[in-house]
Amino acid sequence: MSDITKQSLTELVENIKNKKLSSRDVTKAFIDRSEKSEKLNAYITNDFTSALDKAKKFDQKPNFDLKLPGIPIAVKDLFCTKNIKTTAGSKILNNFVPTYESTVTENIWNEGAILLGKLNCDEFAMGSSNETSFFGNVQSPIDRNLVPGGSSGGSASAVAGQLSPVTIGTDTGGSIRQPASFTGIVGLKPTYGSCSRYGIVAFASSLDQAGPIAQNVKDCALLHEVISSYDPKDSTSIDFKRNHYSKELINNIKGKKIGIPKEYRVDGMPNEIEDLWQKGIQYIKDCGAVTIDISLPNTSYALPTYYIVAPAEASSNLARYDGVKYGFRAKGENLIDMYEKTRSEGFGAEVQRRIMIGTYVLSSGYYDAYYLKAQKVRKLIKNDFDEAYKKVDAILTPSTPSSAFKIGEKTNDPISMYLNDIFTVPANLAGLPGISIPAGHDTKGYPLGLQIIGKAFDEQNILNIAYAMEEKINFKNRITDWWIK
Amino acid sequence: MSKKDSEYLINRKDNQYEVVIGLEVHAQVLSESKLFSTSATKFGAEPNTQVSLVDAAFPGMLPVINEFCVKQAIKTGIGLNAKINKRSVFDRKNYFYADLPQGYQISQFKDPIVGEGKVILDMPNGQKDVGIERLHLEQDAGKSIHDLDPQNTFVDLNRSGVALMEIVSKPDLRSPDEVNAYIKKLRSIMRYLGTCDGNMQEGSLRADVNVSVRLKGSKDFGTRCEIKNVNSIKFMQMAIEYEANRQVDLIEEGKTIDQETRLFDTKKNETRSMRSKEDAHDYRYFPDPDLLPLEVSEKFIEELKNDIPELPDDKKKRFIEEFKLSSYEANILVSDIATAKYFEEVIAKMGKNKDIKLAVNWITGELFAILNSKGLEISQSPVSAKNFAILINLIKNGTISGKIAKTVFELMIDGDKDPQKIVEEKGLKQQSDPKALEALIDKIINDNREKAIEYKQGKEKLFGFFVGQAMKASGGKANPQLINEILKKKL
Amino acid sequence: MSIDLKTIKHISKLARISVDEQRAEKLAGDLNSIFEFIEKLNELKTDNVEPLTSIAETTLKLRSDEVKSKNIREQIIKNSPQDNEDYFVVPKVIE
Repeated sequence: MSDITKQSLTELVENIKNKKLSSRDVTKAFIDRSEKSEKLNAYITNDFTSALDKAKKFDQKPNFDLKLPGIPIAVKDLFCTKNIKTTAGSKILNNFVPTYESTVTENIWNEGAILLGKLNCDEFAMGSSNETSFFGNVQSPIDRNLVPGGSSGGSASAVAGQLSPVTIGTDTGGSIRQPASFTGIVGLKPTYGSCSRYGIVAFASSLDQAGPIAQNVKDCALLHEVISSYDPKDSTSIDFKRNHYSKELINNIKGKKIGIPKEYRVDGMPNEIEDLWQKGIQYIKDCGAVTIDISLPNTSYALPTYYIVAPAEASSNLARYDGVKYGFRAKGENLIDMYEKTRSEGFGAEVQRRIMIGTYVLSSGYYDAYYLKAQKVRKLIKNDFDEAYKKVDAILTPSTPSSAFKIGEKTNDPISMYLNDIFTVPANLAGLPGISIPAGHDTKGYPLGLQIIGKAFDEQNILNIAYAMEEKINFKNRITDWWIK
Repeated sequence: MSKKDSEYLINRKDNQYEVVIGLEVHAQVLSESKLFSTSATKFGAEPNTQVSLVDAAFPGMLPVINEFCVKQAIKTGIGLNAKINKRSVFDRKNYFYADLPQGYQISQFKDPIVGEGKVILDMPNGQKDVGIERLHLEQDAGKSIHDLDPQNTFVDLNRSGVALMEIVSKPDLRSPDEVNAYIKKLRSIMRYLGTCDGNMQEGSLRADVNVSVRLKGSKDFGTRCEIKNVNSIKFMQMAIEYEANRQVDLIEEGKTIDQETRLFDTKKNETRSMRSKEDAHDYRYFPDPDLLPLEVSEKFIEELKNDIPELPDDKKKRFIEEFKLSSYEANILVSDIATAKYFEEVIAKMGKNKDIKLAVNWITGELFAILNSKGLEISQSPVSAKNFAILINLIKNGTISGKIAKTVFELMIDGDKDPQKIVEEKGLKQQSDPKALEALIDKIINDNREKAIEYKQGKEKLFGFFVGQAMKASGGKANPQLINEILKKKL
Repeated sequence: MSIDLKTIKHISKLARISVDEQRAEKLAGDLNSIFEFIEKLNELKTDNVEPLTSIAETTLKLRSDEVKSKNIREQIIKNSPQDNEDYFVVPKVIE
């Protein structure tokens, strides 16, 4: 079968279970394609040799009861993987090899998946274009010199470019949904507390969530079902009853009430985004659901709030990268000199910028004006959603205010880069699940996504809505394999 | 109550200064595992052998709180007569140091687990209340070792993440003696509760000492200096004395005192500035987003309250009432839980017709002396409470004299021997048969006719001579009271 | 509000990131534009709003006091930049 890499996760699982394909066939196919795809720069570290070994082992003693039987999967390089270098896209962790495994990746290996390698991302997940990685920017499979989005840019490119059937990313302000939208694929940010943060290099603890990135909604549901688990090793993990998301997936959303928040119609938003949104509303109606105009009055304050909360937490979370225990160390005359040089040389410009913002907003005399204020506004933003969910079951918005942009286009203007996350950040601030599905193309032929935000713990509902819409949209990603000679 | 007699004042020319002291005591919580990780807390382990991935702050590692440590903190709060906060919050205190792997310490800043309370001190001139401002839970840091290598500092993270209770007093202390009493009282309460072993040598109890001075009678506080991490009561007292005098000298010279952190140099016996002002720390406290607020229910607290043993203040009151002890005696017995335990066990074993006073005198006298000379704790006493009680009863019922008892006691030490057996085996039983004693005394008077006549003529001092002779003749076993009586009759 | 070079120097000291003059100026410019954007929050009156302390809708779970992590010194030290069998080694600390 030459088109193995074109198959969805669900198809691959079926074919392996039916013995039409071996794990080795599948693994080999993705490795071959990955090897031909170096131009995308999607991988930071590959583990191909041992992946093939594991595939062989699986084939010798297959267990078809598993949910991901012998399926090769590459993951964002933010997940700590035992004995495999984990860098978070940073020079400061350039040589770091964990002796432990993140809970989320452990969950997928336990269901039979095989690690292909570690995928490129913005340094410490701070970025919206995958241009802040110490390991270079990632190319989008959509077009030459186009950003795949970020921070899970390598993950999005790997799925869209068919280097991995699915991947796991992390989303702090849109890092799964925005790149999924830019590359024409599906990405889910689960409810805060749904996926364990244990073993994931932390960016902003109160916002970070791991989530699945996939070709379609069904694959997304299946992978989410595997990675979501209650974990006593994470104090913010929530012990709630989790669905069998893929089994319970249905496309019947008749009578569902979908909110359309007027505040997401922002100044300067291109017409094609507005058009896409209107099309989305039509699809919703076509599926038999109802749309209701709602208001989320504090939406415009979400991004400023995010740019206080996330850097503040990051400034503290990244203090452990000090050259003492692991990672990069610069030579210093004394301890303090070593610290300052290590962190100055080890962190890239964007990370340093955010550490500086975070340090500033927490510093004496500014805490109340910034951090405390932001936590209050965060409460208001959460209240907006609580209010809205009294009337609706889910909310439909565009995923991003524009389609993907060219590499280098926004690197010198942090604010315009930050504005990419304007539609995705509110769900992180409120801890709510959000899914981005591909819904159309702009005039340049670049994919555009729609986002469905759900109630807390209501992933099944937004997956169902996405599933129903997916059928109506019938999106076809235009992958030309431009990077393969 | 007047405190005049023991007032601690610093005199300069015409001015008298009062010293104002507040303590931040860091007490290591007694627990098997650390506050937010599952590694061990044992003292003296090989370097870095009790360090988990969480303690060394590896990427992606997260804190999970130890329930027992929470209980220990609440129990201590109850012991300090303090308000227990049902909701408390863990904050991050951010700063860089080689032995602080996370780059922050998880502590409690705005909302501590325990609020205001008080501790009662027994000072020679009466009771004194010392206010407790708060008690909070926090992580200990690791240890930096500077003297193993000329170029490098070595870091041992065994202590990193061990639970500490920081107990902050109000600025109610006024002298080094009060500081001594306060620390001892805190330690006593925590040992009773089993929440901290109070071992200062092992660093289980350390304190930051805040010192300021003001003119006697002034209501305003002076500028204070914080002396960091002093690990013995003696050093605390020395540091306070030095620091208070330093501050008074500055004021007398018309200079100002900088609010700063200082270090006590135990070799030079002086405090010196640790950090310059421009480098003042800005800890950037904020709620730890890896943790949620800690909430405890009324029931949780009530159950802990039911678990609180009798504490030193109550025990002291009971000893005074039940055993008719003096306040002084009761203090000595209750200050250390092991002493109190020993005493109560002796009392219990002594049975009905017991002489409590005698037991107290023997514990605080002979037993303490032996323990002292051998460098033992009372819990390691070579004489068990049971045998000790038998010994006291032997004295009380006249089987042996106090003097013989001392001989017996010395023999008991080797292997916790039964005093009854010693008395029997060595024939140390007191001679209390009047007939035998009369015969013995007749013989002595006969042998010393001239002295007897001198006595009768008024040389009363000679009575002692006869007593001595009688005791000697009986091998020390004669009942001294009977000897006295018979001699008086016969002479 | 304006963040000057002195402030940048102060923050970089707190954050333990050395910043030369050129970088400091660039950072001051960036931070000023970011904070101008953040100042938008001042439009909102929040005096009576309780700050959100945790987004996870659950209570803090307590674990039992058991030692589970054994001696893993080798693992802990393995990744450290300066080799030593027993300790982490850092350049001399000067107070």
